[in-house]
Amino acid sequence: MNLTLKVWRQKNAQTKGAFVTYKAEGISPDMSFLEMLDVVNESLIHKGDEPIHFDHDCREGICGMCSLYINGRPHGPKDAITTCQLHMRSFHDGEIIVIEPWRAAAFPVIKDLAVDRSAFDRIQQAGGFISVNTGVTIDANAILVPKVIADEAFNSATCIGCGACVAACKNASAMLFVSAKVSQLGMLPQGQPERWSRVQAMVAQMDAEGFGNCTNTGACEAECPKEIQMTNISRMTNDYFSAKLFREEHVHDHASSGE
Amino acid sequence: MSEFKQTFNSSLGKKLIMALTGLFLCTFLIVHLGGNLLLFSNDEGYGFNLYANFLTHFPPIEVVAYLLYLCILVHALYALILTIKNRKARPIRYTDVNKSKASWSSKNMGLLGSILFLFIVIHMSDFWYSYKFSHKVGFKEYRTDLATNKTTSVDYVPSSPDFEKSVTTENNFEVIRVKDLHARVASSFSNLLYVIFYVIAMGTLSFHMLHGFQSSFRTLGWVHRKYTPIVTFIGTWLFAVIIPIGFAAMPVVYYIESLR
Amino acid sequence: MSLLDAKIPAGPLAEKWSKHKFNLKLVNPANKRKYDVIVVGTGLAGGAAAASLAELGYNVKAFCFQDSPRRAHSIAAQGGINAAKNYQNDGDSIYRLFYDTIKGGDYRAREGNVYRLAEVSVNIIDQCVAQGVPFAREYGGLLDNRSFGGAQVSRTFYARGQTGQQLLLGAYSALNRQIHLGKVKMYTRSEMLDVVLVDGQAKGIVTRNLITGAIETHSGHAVLLATGGYGNVFYLSTNAIGSNVTAAWRAHKRGAYFANPCYTQIHPTCIPVTGDHQSKLTLMSESLRNDGRVWAPKTVETAEKLRKGVIKANEVKEEDRDYFLERKYPSFGNLVPRDVASRNAKEMVDEHRGVGGSGVAVFLDFADAIHRLGRDAVAAKYGNLFDMYYQITDEDPYTQPMRIYPAVHYTMGGLWVDYNLMTTVPGLYALGECNFSDHGANRLGASALMQGLADGYFVIPYTLGDYLATIGPKPVDTKHPAFEKTKQDVIAYVNKLLALKGTKTVNEYHRDLGHIMWEYCGMARTAEGLTKAKGLISALRADFWKNAIVVGENEEVNPALEKAGRVADFLELGELMVDDALMRRESCGGHFRLESQTPEGEALRDDEHFAFVAAWEYKGDNQPEVLNKEVLDFEFVHLTQRSYK
Repeated sequence: MNLTLKVWRQKNAQTKGAFVTYKAEGISPDMSFLEMLDVVNESLIHKGDEPIHFDHDCREGICGMCSLYINGRPHGPKDAITTCQLHMRSFHDGEIIVIEPWRAAAFPVIKDLAVDRSAFDRIQQAGGFISVNTGVTIDANAILVPKVIADEAFNSATCIGCGACVAACKNASAMLFVSAKVSQLGMLPQGQPERWSRVQAMVAQMDAEGFGNCTNTGACEAECPKEIQMTNISRMTNDYFSAKLFREEHVHDHASSGE
Repeated sequence: MSEFKQTFNSSLGKKLIMALTGLFLCTFLIVHLGGNLLLFSNDEGYGFNLYANFLTHFPPIEVVAYLLYLCILVHALYALILTIKNRKARPIRYTDVNKSKASWSSKNMGLLGSILFLFIVIHMSDFWYSYKFSHKVGFKEYRTDLATNKTTSVDYVPSSPDFEKSVTTENNFEVIRVKDLHARVASSFSNLLYVIFYVIAMGTLSFHMLHGFQSSFRTLGWVHRKYTPIVTFIGTWLFAVIIPIGFAAMPVVYYIESLR
Repeated sequence: MSLLDAKIPAGPLAEKWSKHKFNLKLVNPANKRKYDVIVVGTGLAGGAAAASLAELGYNVKAFCFQDSPRRAHSIAAQGGINAAKNYQNDGDSIYRLFYDTIKGGDYRAREGNVYRLAEVSVNIIDQCVAQGVPFAREYGGLLDNRSFGGAQVSRTFYARGQTGQQLLLGAYSALNRQIHLGKVKMYTRSEMLDVVLVDGQAKGIVTRNLITGAIETHSGHAVLLATGGYGNVFYLSTNAIGSNVTAAWRAHKRGAYFANPCYTQIHPTCIPVTGDHQSKLTLMSESLRNDGRVWAPKTVETAEKLRKGVIKANEVKEEDRDYFLERKYPSFGNLVPRDVASRNAKEMVDEHRGVGGSGVAVFLDFADAIHRLGRDAVAAKYGNLFDMYYQITDEDPYTQPMRIYPAVHYTMGGLWVDYNLMTTVPGLYALGECNFSDHGANRLGASALMQGLADGYFVIPYTLGDYLATIGPKPVDTKHPAFEKTKQDVIAYVNKLLALKGTKTVNEYHRDLGHIMWEYCGMARTAEGLTKAKGLISALRADFWKNAIVVGENEEVNPALEKAGRVADFLELGELMVDDALMRRESCGGHFRLESQTPEGEALRDDEHFAFVAAWEYKGDNQPEVLNKEVLDFEFVHLTQRSYK
């Protein structure tokens, strides 16, 4: 296969970027999308040019490192997979492929196609945990979790933090990501003691990071490689208003955490 | 920042305001359509004019009406604020068109809402403002024979410019003199361009409702495997089909009538 | 050569750890905040250690090269985590888990360490559940278990096919909490390039900021390496692209011994290589062998036709198929251990009976299972794996057999550590896959997650205190000349890499190295092959420093530079692996020497001469490394020959 790539190149966060066109020739349909980029990069290095920079690591769809906005869709044209799981047989010979980085104010470009997603880490640091120190001696089976709840919590927990939801959302909203974590911990019995303070802290941090707001278009859900449901957003909203409006004892939870 | 302000200034709080005002406007649509169905009764505007008078003169309704106007403004204002914030969240747009699966209406609520707002402004200035604050609207006198219950109507010109409405009984005739909004409606709807504008606006309403109604429930966090399909059903059939068609039928029917 | 002391406490097996914990010195709670601890790598072992130490009150500086601790390669573990909970009432116990692990490791691990691992395994599950890790549950709300990797008891806890991700997210959340509390300072996109020794003790590290290129020094009272395994020395493996040996290797060059480097685990059920462009191999769960039948064509002619696509797998008649595992191992059949299954697949390929376009694969056939159980039942069990296979190969495993081939999956070798997880450099510790300690010559399924978390949550928080109490809380200053000296060494090294302006890309060298390693130091090794490999690697390394091309500069994001440093280290490690494999003239676990096999062709150990840990000592550039031995004493278990006939 021979393809034409239009790739966003940007030296670093401070400089402006632009599209550069490359030819990708002799591409095998069995290659993954990232392997196709590897081939292009090898030829660039041979010419003494700088390779196209993109984030990637596990290449089996679980680490969440790879990104890429391919022909108008995060992680490319197929549903429920990451870019590293996308194969070139999903494209046709001679196709023009436009590759852009995730675009969001909260995800500044680091170089070329790689963006800084540390905003996600800061949201998690604000409250995406259960406060237990190492060394708990409660037997694991002393905490009963109904299977349906465990399964539902697991569905929320499958988020790989890739940011495709933000990339797909027309408002660059991070609510699917944040709500998945809030839901996972909010549903499990272990997460109850901090349920109301957690949701307040995480939402406040999400807002501070400069993500857009949710307008329920559902693009996030459609593009999530792990098929996380928008139901999570409603769960988060529920918990948030419950905490803010009806839980008197938690009203100052968030204020006291220094925000 | 006070707790209250913090809540409603948060992203979720702003969404909540949109949802609550939106839902309130939805309830108004039902009431408005219900009342306006009187336009279809063949009574020379008797029922409709009385209804219009009632709406503008019964104090509790008046309070609700001003609440409604406030809601429209807040809904539009917050839509604007959120849109600006959302645009800021993606300062550099994508070059390629977003091909992610999402309904057309959900992605164009701002456009739909702007058209609706324009419509509301024109609509209210034409009817509500003219009715309440100008003397452009004429009066009608309805005489009902209390024995036969037959009503006849004639145009009426009040002596005082401040005249609003009178109900008197003269020799077994009930005489009601009231502003004739119905005539204003009939004359407006005889204008083809005006009719087209109304129909387009109602199409816009349909798409706005298609996403908006169920979306507001999501925003409130009311999602449930059992009830969400019901909400979607109501949002689709009642708010996006029946109500817009009901409203759009009025100008269309009056236009056709005017041709005869 | 010297004998190493592992500092295993004396006494009965079951009491060693408790007694040892009591004997370890403690750091006064008020003094803990006076100590800085550096943790490099934030996967299961590093993340758990950083969080736990911060909870105790130490100031932790944690480093990872990824953009977030949540992306460490621990995340990719699929199967599960073992724990001797005996929730299923099927006869499991700490002793049984200990025994299975020792035996599975082909008697090349320490009894004391392995027993401790089995002992703390139960605490790990308690800890993870308390953190909100969504393990699979029964309808009654209790935890579910499954049997895994041929174990006779159901002791594996799991979270669908992504146990690693869920456990890592648990450790990550604990770490996040400490970052939020200010007890952990997190440095992401930072790669450790050297360790700083002050008076022979590890007191800091030198890192490169992968965004700005800044070479920075960081000080601490102790340095913990939790930087994972070195499977990527084979170029193609199931490891993440970024997984590398650099931190461990640079520590090795500063005096930490490297133990058993030749012990690599090769997993039998991976998706075969399709071409030279391939960057990584994908593992499919071992559970596939429960219902799939492994076969190759009986004759080279049939294989040839299959390779050319003249006939399809389904058209090969029953009598022309060789179900080689069932034939050779009637009692275990397709369920023989990983190393045995892998080696037999290689044998088929070596006999030119391999299939697929490249001829480097055998079949894993589900036709019988589909016939017996029905398509739906098979889909319910393996649907997600079948989808994954289809996604990658574009072939439908419901209608034609899968093609599989072994791939490098895990490295049992690593930095030598004593019972306290300290390397031969005082103050330098190694945790998780990065060390060599618990798996012997072969790792059992669902044990990697267990070991990483055991080291991080339950071992290092105790043993580190002992060392810190000994050295005292005197602050460590990066102004010490040793820091500047090491930093200059690193800068010189980076500049040396950047000066490479040859013609061959670093990736091409890596691929060449991988071919050599896989060919001669892979599933079956011979003295002749290894000797040849040594020469080849040596030449390749010399060529690298002459002809490699590294583009860009230091003061920017420069993946070419990062990769060059990592490959340079793999080239050195490769040679050591070959040396180690050559020295070990026995077969054991993942290390199979053709010269040492039973008459039936099975791995033959030589306990008399090789019941030791080989710990290699670096002696300077281009100097042969020196072998040090730690003798393995087996007080409690009886050494037997594995047999799966």
